Amino acid sequence: MKTLLVAEYREGKLQGSVNDLMAFAQKVGSDAAMFLVGSETDLPKFQGPLYLADVKNCGEYNPDVHKQLLLDTIAKVKPDMVVFSHSSYGWDLAPRLAFALKASQVSEVVDVVDGVPVAPVCNSKLRRKVASKTPVAILTLQAGAFGLSEESTGVPVIEKISTTATGKVEFCGYEQAEMGGVDLTKASVIVSAGRGIGKPENIAIIASLAKALKGEYGASRPVVDAEWAEHNRQVGTTGQTVSPKLYVACGISGAIQHLAGMKKSEFVVAINTDKDAPIGEVADVLVVADLKQFVPILTEKIKAL
Amino acid sequence: MNILVCIKQVPDMESKFKINGAGSWYDSGDLAWRMNEYDEYAVEQAVQLKEKTGGDLTVLCIGPERVKETMKKALAMGCDRGVHVADDEFFKKDSFSIAAVIAEFAKTKSFDLIFTGMQSQDRGSGQVGVIIAEMLGIPSVTTIVSFVFDNNTITVKRELEGGLKAVIKAPVPALVTCQLGLNTPRYPTLPNIMKAKKKELLSIPVAELLNVSAHQETTSLFFPEKKGGGLVLEGEAGDVADKLINILKEKTAVLA
Ligand SMILES: Cc1cc2nc3c(=O)[nH]c(=O)nc-3n(C[C@H](O)[C@H](O)[C@H](O)COP(=O)(O)OP(=O)(O)OC[C@H]3O[C@@H](n4cnc5c(N)ncnc54)[C@H](O)[C@@H]3O)c2cc1C
Repeated sequence: MKTLLVAEYREGKLQGSVNDLMAFAQKVGSDAAMFLVGSETDLPKFQGPLYLADVKNCGEYNPDVHKQLLLDTIAKVKPDMVVFSHSSYGWDLAPRLAFALKASQVSEVVDVVDGVPVAPVCNSKLRRKVASKTPVAILTLQAGAFGLSEESTGVPVIEKISTTATGKVEFCGYEQAEMGGVDLTKASVIVSAGRGIGKPENIAIIASLAKALKGEYGASRPVVDAEWAEHNRQVGTTGQTVSPKLYVACGISGAIQHLAGMKKSEFVVAINTDKDAPIGEVADVLVVADLKQFVPILTEKIKAL
Repeated sequence: MNILVCIKQVPDMESKFKINGAGSWYDSGDLAWRMNEYDEYAVEQAVQLKEKTGGDLTVLCIGPERVKETMKKALAMGCDRGVHVADDEFFKKDSFSIAAVIAEFAKTKSFDLIFTGMQSQDRGSGQVGVIIAEMLGIPSVTTIVSFVFDNNTITVKRELEGGLKAVIKAPVPALVTCQLGLNTPRYPTLPNIMKAKKKELLSIPVAELLNVSAHQETTSLFFPEKKGGGLVLEGEAGDVADKLINILKEKTAVLA
């Protein structure tokens, strides 16, 4: 079986997700080639052919141009599978390619069982096996679902590629997240508020527990989107990545994008009314309770110690 | 402006799911249904655009009879008309087929802008919006967290990882897929809920719009193996708090 791995480049740097792609190729035991719109200054440690387009000419985000480069590469490589990361780059580009190739796309693959990709359903409460009926299949991989067992040391064999294609959209630049305020990455205890807090006033309950534990309070995305907490308190793929000694998730279901930001915490306590909430998978202790009742009681007891 | 917003009805994610008899999807009995969260932002943005530029806003939803309840919410939020693509088997269709149905409907309507959610909460494929745009040959931008329309051009911010955003411009007609936090979806008011009841809600059988075959099939649905296996504490709050404190004393240094 042949795979084409699509690596990504952002702000002049190769993205670490390339390791997931290589681990995937290792796991399925395929003959792999790699594609990158990047530059020779930051190359993947990949042993094999690398089809490299110059990011200066092709842009970091220019889906139509990247799609054409991929189509040209696929015509040469003739892969059975084209593999992306399930990232803002991958989920934007993969369906465009799938349409052009009349190929099946399986999104956010977490595993491959007997050659069939497995994808999460309903916030990871369920999984499904998805069989493709087309000659080429396109996969996007959930971040971290495939890990490299050892640091790779390969050196790619570069084949330069280019295209005259132009894009339909114009990339005008990046905008950095605003910084300043609390720095969660420095906190040794984080107590996070999820949508389960119900209303903004209940942030106070979470903040009190955080204070009693001499930590900071964080939040899941809906709480930040609703402006109940500042963005620098958001934990997850589009917020902070934290690894405190203790992480207490209150009213947080445990979506993959949240877990990505906190799963390296040393000890995780979850407080949730739903015993089946996916946060239970990463929690050392799951307290099945209404946080509005339970958290104040816990806080008082800790204060009294 | 002629605007289309595509929505999906999904189960409440806090539901207790069961696998259906065929082992291929979740059982639809005993579930509470709601509008896909991402689509609420799509509807809100579409309504805001319509309020600004005038014109006509259609909401489209594929599914069985029950999805009309969710469509009524979109109508009460400010959509002008509804198109219900009647399909009892919609849960079996892959993203490609769903996109083909919508593109087939849209191709003769000359929509200036099409809004979708960036993904559905149940399948999370994140493909339908982009494929519709590719089928119609119009530009699309995914995962937007900011939207401005001016002078027949949209300026949007795409959300990337770690809080970084990319500013993108595209001419209309265009399609955008909406990310959480794009705006603050409004709650339908009672008068608007009443008004929505009188709005046009057309039903089209899916067979009239479907002319492709699926690229893939869900062969089985199952519960993931429980790996975590952490301790579960339940019971009287005071007792549980005492137990938890003892565990924290034993296993962590934070209460030292
Ligand atoms: C591209 C992308 C990036 C994202 N980035 C992030 C990110 O960086 N960070 C992030 O957090 N999310 C992110 N998300 C969103 C993520 O997918 C989830 O939607 C989000 O994490 C859900 O937040 P939540 O757990 O607070 O809310 P929900 O999923 O709604 O869960 C609420 C939980 O509270 C529980 N609950 C309800 N009432 C109570 C109560 N009284 N007591 C106790 N428990 C209760 C419920 O059982 C449920 O488990 C991203 C999504 C996408 C698509």
